[in-house]
Amino acid sequence: MTLRIIDRIGMGFFLGLPILWIVLFMLVPYGVLLTYSFWIKSYPLFEPAFQFGNYLTLLNEPQYLSVIGRTLKIAVIVSVTALVLAYPFAYFLVFRLKNATIRKVLFFGVIAPLWVSYLLRAYLWKTILGTQGVLNSTLMGLGIIGEPLDVFLYSQAAMVITLTYIFIPFMVMPIYAALEKIPRNLDEASADLGQSSWTTFWRVTVPLSLPGVVAGFTLTFCLCFGDFVAAFLVGGPDGLMVANVITSQFGAALDWPLGSALAVVMLVVVLAIISLSDRFEQRAKVQF
Amino acid sequence: MADIALTRSKPRKPPLSIPKGAADGAFITYASLLLAFLYMPVAILIIFSFNDSRVLAWPLSGFTLDWYRTLFANADLLEAVGNSFYVATLSTALALCIGIPAAMALHRFAFPGKALFRRLLLLPIALPGIVTGISMLNFFNLMGFNLNLHTVVLGHATALLAVVVIQVFARLQRLPRSLEEASSDLGANALATFWYVTLPNIKTAIVGSGLLVFVLSFDEIPVTFFLTGRDNTLPMYIYSTMRRGVTPEINAVGTLLILFSVVLILLAAFLTRAPGRKR
Repeated sequence: MTLRIIDRIGMGFFLGLPILWIVLFMLVPYGVLLTYSFWIKSYPLFEPAFQFGNYLTLLNEPQYLSVIGRTLKIAVIVSVTALVLAYPFAYFLVFRLKNATIRKVLFFGVIAPLWVSYLLRAYLWKTILGTQGVLNSTLMGLGIIGEPLDVFLYSQAAMVITLTYIFIPFMVMPIYAALEKIPRNLDEASADLGQSSWTTFWRVTVPLSLPGVVAGFTLTFCLCFGDFVAAFLVGGPDGLMVANVITSQFGAALDWPLGSALAVVMLVVVLAIISLSDRFEQRAKVQF
Repeated sequence: MADIALTRSKPRKPPLSIPKGAADGAFITYASLLLAFLYMPVAILIIFSFNDSRVLAWPLSGFTLDWYRTLFANADLLEAVGNSFYVATLSTALALCIGIPAAMALHRFAFPGKALFRRLLLLPIALPGIVTGISMLNFFNLMGFNLNLHTVVLGHATALLAVVVIQVFARLQRLPRSLEEASSDLGANALATFWYVTLPNIKTAIVGSGLLVFVLSFDEIPVTFFLTGRDNTLPMYIYSTMRRGVTPEINAVGTLLILFSVVLILLAAFLTRAPGRKR
């Protein structure tokens, strides 16, 4: 009996602080965010109100919808690109590479950039793609182009390259983990049943690795969707993202309520993606 | 089942026509290309930090350490480095103090609302930093708090808590249950078991996740952007310098940052590996 009471105290000890933290620094701030999104901008900052004006502005002014659309588009392209690049790599590591040490080293080689400054990794591409940058001078040195091109930097393509570069570790990690969990005897079984390795790949390996793919896609998509650093460095006006617009509402434009409404939209989109992928994961769970 | 039977009755397909050696060759080439894509830009950054021209373009014009000398004479930059160390240290401590008990609770106890609890804990890892930053900014604004390095610390701890929870929880799941049961059978209560049995066994996960939180906090932009007052952290300082374009000084700071990351990676690899070997 006493043991149980002590265990209960223990549970309170372990749970108390985290719950307090979640309520104080997540739930309450999200609530405040939602509240502010109904307020009205007024000099010098804003005043309390309950109206949907900010949301209507987002719907009615085409610039906001087009920014949201562009952000979705870039996030999808980046996630697909990262997936296409990451999957063969992870597959090679898990299924083709026999040497466990080399496998670990290569896996680590892809994950290690996460430890290197994210800002720096975006900046790298600014130095490479710029008019006076490394790519232009390389191409000129090789005689491929006569004078520097300014098409590389400040474009959506630059955004896609940079964001893919930054977020690809987030795609490799879950796919690698999912592939590693697939029992090898399934491969053998499929081969014994006369399937070619190609069929085995598409009908055994790919379906079983889908949870990892979905997890990687979700992470990459959400992180891209909320990014403003890459757009600031390599995006230009054509690569402006939702997060950049939010930033300017809290900066120069000084319209906190509108910025909050946009942030709520972002939060809703991200939560929707996360819960979709959760639902998928629940359904795809396979017991071995 | 019917599916399998059908494919079986068909004539046996020829095995994949590409010979295995060629396929492996293609995979190796591909893996090398991907790693080159990841590391070439970093190499370029480092090379140009030693080049004595303000323009970052080939051909290299000569070797210099001037850009590094300018850095160490830059008082604003040095102050920003100090601020970043301060913020990262406090954030790491906080994230560990909250993350470890949270991971324990997830691992050990069943309680109502556990699924929601887990989801909320892990949310900030997928949630864009800007949402965390803005909601906390609004909250602090409503409360009338002044923004300073401590509000940044609270933001970082919230955003990075999930890193600790994920890594510590994963380690706890791999611990043999029997250890804790034995401790319990010997009459230790939950707290004693945690302190004397569980904690020593998850030490490496704690160190590893702590170092990662430190690095991520040291490097954080989106949350810091909204929650800092007049004081700049290092990434914020660099970010504002980048407005003025590409400069070799940024390359020099970048190179030092990369060096710092490499040291921490090695430290993490070393610290998290040692106990495994003993076993």
